[in-house]
Amino acid sequence: MKPAPIGYVRATDLAHALDLLAAGDGDEKVLAGGQSLVASLNLRLIESPNLIDINFIDELAGITESGDMVRVGTLTRHCELMASEIIARHVPILAEAAPLIAHAAIRTRGTIGGSLANADPAAELPACVVALDATIVLASKADGERRIKAADFFLGLFDTTRRDDEILVAIEIAKIKPGERQSIRELVRRSGDYALAGLAIAGPAAAPRLVFFGVGDAPVVASSAMAILESGGSVDDAALALEDDLDPADDINGSAGYKKHISRVLLKRALSDFRQSDAA
Amino acid sequence: MTIAFGNPDRPNSYIGRSVPRPNAGKLVAGAGRYVDDVVLPRMVHVAFLRSPHARAKIEAIDISPALEVPGVIRVFTGADIAAACTPWVAVLAHLKGLKSAPQHAVAVEHATWVGEPVAAVVADSRAAAEDGLAAIEASFAPLPVVVDMRTALDAETPLIHPELGDNLTFQRLHEKGEIDAVFASAHMVVEARFKTGRHTGVCLEPRSILADYSRSEGQLTVHHSTQAPHMMQTVFARHLDLPEAKVRVICGDVGGSYGIKVHVYPDEVATAAIAKIMGRPVKFIADRLESFSTDIHARDHEIDGRIAVDENGRILALDIDDLTGIGPYSVYPRTSAIEGNQVVNLCGGPYDFQTYRARTTVVLQNKTPTCQYRAVGHPIATAVTEGLVDMAAEAIGLDPIEIRRRNLVADDAYPYTSAANMRFEGLSHHASLDKLIAMIDYDALRADQAEARKRGVHRGIGIASFIELTNPSPFMYGIGGARISAQDGCTVRMDPDGSVVAMSGVTEQGQGTEGMLAQIVAEGVGVPVSKVRIITGDTQTTPYGGGTWASRGAGIGGEAALQAGLALRENILVVAASMLQAAPDALDIADGRIVDKATGEARMPLEELGRIVYFRGDTLARDLPRELVVTRHYITSEYPFAFTNGVQASYLEVDVDTGFVKLLKHWCVEDCGRVINPMLVDEQIRGGIVQGIGGALYEECVYDGEGQLLNANMADYLVPMAAEMPDMIIGHVETPTRESLLGAKGAGEAGTAGAPAAIMNAINDALRPLGARVTQMPFTPERILTALGTIQH
Repeated sequence: MKPAPIGYVRATDLAHALDLLAAGDGDEKVLAGGQSLVASLNLRLIESPNLIDINFIDELAGITESGDMVRVGTLTRHCELMASEIIARHVPILAEAAPLIAHAAIRTRGTIGGSLANADPAAELPACVVALDATIVLASKADGERRIKAADFFLGLFDTTRRDDEILVAIEIAKIKPGERQSIRELVRRSGDYALAGLAIAGPAAAPRLVFFGVGDAPVVASSAMAILESGGSVDDAALALEDDLDPADDINGSAGYKKHISRVLLKRALSDFRQSDAA
Repeated sequence: MTIAFGNPDRPNSYIGRSVPRPNAGKLVAGAGRYVDDVVLPRMVHVAFLRSPHARAKIEAIDISPALEVPGVIRVFTGADIAAACTPWVAVLAHLKGLKSAPQHAVAVEHATWVGEPVAAVVADSRAAAEDGLAAIEASFAPLPVVVDMRTALDAETPLIHPELGDNLTFQRLHEKGEIDAVFASAHMVVEARFKTGRHTGVCLEPRSILADYSRSEGQLTVHHSTQAPHMMQTVFARHLDLPEAKVRVICGDVGGSYGIKVHVYPDEVATAAIAKIMGRPVKFIADRLESFSTDIHARDHEIDGRIAVDENGRILALDIDDLTGIGPYSVYPRTSAIEGNQVVNLCGGPYDFQTYRARTTVVLQNKTPTCQYRAVGHPIATAVTEGLVDMAAEAIGLDPIEIRRRNLVADDAYPYTSAANMRFEGLSHHASLDKLIAMIDYDALRADQAEARKRGVHRGIGIASFIELTNPSPFMYGIGGARISAQDGCTVRMDPDGSVVAMSGVTEQGQGTEGMLAQIVAEGVGVPVSKVRIITGDTQTTPYGGGTWASRGAGIGGEAALQAGLALRENILVVAASMLQAAPDALDIADGRIVDKATGEARMPLEELGRIVYFRGDTLARDLPRELVVTRHYITSEYPFAFTNGVQASYLEVDVDTGFVKLLKHWCVEDCGRVINPMLVDEQIRGGIVQGIGGALYEECVYDGEGQLLNANMADYLVPMAAEMPDMIIGHVETPTRESLLGAKGAGEAGTAGAPAAIMNAINDALRPLGARVTQMPFTPERILTALGTIQH
C-alpha cells in the first residue's frame, strides 16, 4: 500500500515544534525515527496526518550525564545507545536492550523517544525505563516541561499520558549504584522479533524491580514477585507469584498459558544469572 | 558427440565447475530490471478492492465516489471485466473427477475468500488508485464460511459453489496389494496423524505485471514476473480473445518465485484485460498484504498414516489417507489437485515394498487458493513416510539408520517401479546414506547427544531419505490438456566478433539459470564463458518452451542448450575446415579459437571466422554451408519424470522449558545426476532447506473461524531468517540420467523436500526420553510444550 496524502513541516527548534502542535487540530503526528509511524502511514492505519519532523532539533539529541543522573535526549537512536560510553557505564540495561530491538536498519533510525511514545507493549525500551524507575520529560507550549515517572507514563496498548500538545523530550535516569544490577532477557522466535515475553530487571541484586513486556497491554511491574524477593522469598516462590502479576491475552503468537509459563522460566533464568553474576 | 565429463582437464570444461554467475554483479549492484522498474509512456496503475469477507454475496458496488477522487481515471467492477475476459475452470483431463467452478478475474456475484478482487481502480499513481479504493461504497451480505477441511464435506456445511453439488474437488485412491490382509497379520503396525501447516512462498519481489495493449497493432505486450512466459501467453490470448501470436510476454529479472509465480492470478489477468480495454499500459505490483492474502498458499494437509513392518523391520505396507483444503477454486491452469496427487505418488518412495494404499481427498474452503509451491507434495510425503519409519524403528527397537538400510531400494535394483507405480531410472539411496553417515559422523553425534542428556540438554538427530520428481514430461500437464510445454529449446548464434548468444525457453528467477546455461553453451561451442550472452524470458525471441518449474531448467533447458552448442560447433568447424583446407574432424574449437584437434595448436580465432562469414562471404565456396545459428529442442521420453534422491540429517537442541528449537547443524546428500555448477547446486539445496525449515518451524498462515488471515504481515508470519539458520553441509552422489547427454536431473526442490521430515525426526529424537512426540507443523514452542504436557489446552 501507499500512504494517503501527508502534511509535513520540518520543525527548526523545540519551540517551533511545540507551536505547531499547539496550533494543530489534533491530526498532528511527531515524526522522529519513523520506524513505527511510517509503516502505519504506509498501511493507511493513520490517514492523512500532519507530520511535525523533529529530527533536526539539536536540543533533543544526545546523551549527557550530570551528578548521579543521565539524561537521554528523545532523538537518541537505538544504535547510539549501543555505542555510548555513558550508557555502558551508568545505564547498562539500555546498552543490553538496544541490540535486541529489531534489525540494524531500524536501530539506525529508531529513537528512544519514539519507542516510548509509541508504547508498544512488546517493545524493550518501555519496560527498561519502568524497571529503571526513570523519569519521562514532556514539554508543551502551554505548560513548559512536565516530569512523570515511567511507571505512570504508560497507560495501555499504544497509550500514554502524553497529551496531544506535548512532545516527549528526554528521559532522566539515575546512574546504577554499587550493589545494583541491570539485565534484560527476552524470548524471540527469530532474532529481532518482538518478544513473546521479556523481562527487564534493575535494582538491588537481592530484590530488583521486575518489569515484563510482551505479556500485557503495557510494561507490567511484577509487584507480587518483587514483594516476595524483598521479603527474602525464593526465586521459585517469586515465579509462582507471577500468577497474580501477569494476565496476558491469547494471541497468534501464543496462548496466555504459554506466555505465563515462559515468563516464569524467564524469571528463574534471569534471577539465577543475575545473582550468579552478583556473586562473581 | 560425446563429452569426457570425467576429465577435468578437457578444454572449456565448464560443466561441473563453479563458474561465477554472469548476472550476479548486476543483481547485487541493485541494477536488475524488474517489472516495477519498467515505466512506459501513458502508463497507469491499478489497485484492487478486495473482499473483506471469506464468503459473501456482493450486493452493490457504487463506484461513483471513487470516480471523483483526484487521479482516478476509471473504475471496473467484476461485470465490466467479465465483458472483456472469459472465466476459467482449472481442471486436467488425467486427474479424473477433478472439478472446479468458473473463476472470474474480478468476482462478479460472490466473493469466496478474503482478498479476492471485487473491483479495480485505475489511476495515475498507485497511491491515487488506493485513494479511489477507499472511496468505493461496496456492500456485502456475508454468508456462512467453510474453513475447516475436516467438516467441508459434512451435509450441514454450506456449499461454496452450489452448482458443483459438493465441496469435494478431487479424490484419488491408489491401491496395490492386499493391504488389509498385510496389516492384519503384520508383526508391528504403527500409526500417526500428521499435519503440515498452510504456508506460502514469500518472494522478495512481489507478483508484478505491466500490460500494454496497442490498438493499432492489436498487440498485447506484457512485462511479467513469471516462471512460464509461454504458458502465460496462451492464457492471456485465450481469455482476452486474442491470437496467441498477438501476445508477447517479457520476463526480465524476477526476484524469486518458488512456484508462486507459475500460476494464473485473477488480478494479473484483470490488469491485462484493463490494458486491452483502455489501450494503455497498466501496472499492478502486489503489496505485501496482497501477497499474503492472494499469492497461492500450499501444504494445508492432514494425513493419517499407518506402516506395517515385520520382526526384522522390513516395511510390509503403507496406508495413507490425505486430506487437503485448497481454497475456493482449483488454481488455473495447473490445478490444485496436483499436491494431493503427489502425496499419493511419493509416500514411501525411497523404500522397497509393494503393498500400498493411498487416498487423497481435496476439498474446497473459503481461504486463499492453494497450488504448487516449491517441492510440491514432497515435504508432506517425506514427513509422513519418514515420521512413520522412525516410529516403526522405535517400536521394534531399531536404530533409525538401520531401518533405512534394511528398506531403501537397493542401488543395483534399477530400473525400479515403486508401490505408487513411479518408475525410477537410477537412484542411489544407499550410497547417499553412506556418504551422509560419514559426513555427520553418526557415532560421534550420538555420543555428543548422550553426553548432553547427562547435562539435561536435549539434543536430537533426525534422518530423512527422500525422492524428488524433476524433468517432467508431458505426463505432468500436457496429457491433461494444459498448454504447458514439457519440451524446451535453445537457439545458439555466433556473431561476427566470435561471441555467442543463446536464447532459451527456460527462465531465470534468481537461482542462476542463465549462469548454468552460459557454462553449458560455452563448453558446447568451445568458447570462454565470458563470450556467451544468455537471453531468456521473451516469447517473441526465445524458442517456445515451458519455463522454469518442477526442477526442469537444467535437465531439460540445459540439454537443449548443450545440443545446440554442440551443433553450432560442428557448423563452425565446417566453415573453418574450408578456410583452413583441413578436414572438419581434424579441427576443434577451444577457448574461442579454431585449434588443431590432435595437437591443440591454435589455427584461427573465431572472430576471424566471423569476419569472413558475415562480411566476406564472397571468399568462401559458394555451396559451403555457413549456418552460425542453430536451434535444438529436448524433451524427455523414456521416463515420465527424472526422479532424484537424497537424504538429509538435522541435529538440533530442544529447550524443554521454553519449547524453543535451536538448529545446530544440517546436512544433505543428494543425487541430481550431473552437477553442472556445484556452487549453484549447493546454494539451491541450502535455499531449499531454509524453506523446508520454514515449514517445519516457522511459517503458517493462521486463520480464524471466519476465514480471516490473522498474520498477513512480515512481523507475524515468520519467514526463516539467516540468524536462526544452522550451518548446512551439502554432499553429492552423481547418477546421471541416461536419457540425455548432459545427464542432469533437477536440484531445485531437494532441500525443501527433505528438511521438514529431518527436523521433525530430530525433535522427536530429542523428546523421546521424555515420552513426547510432535507431528503438527510448524513445530512451535507452544506445540512442543503441549506435547511435553508442560502446558495444557
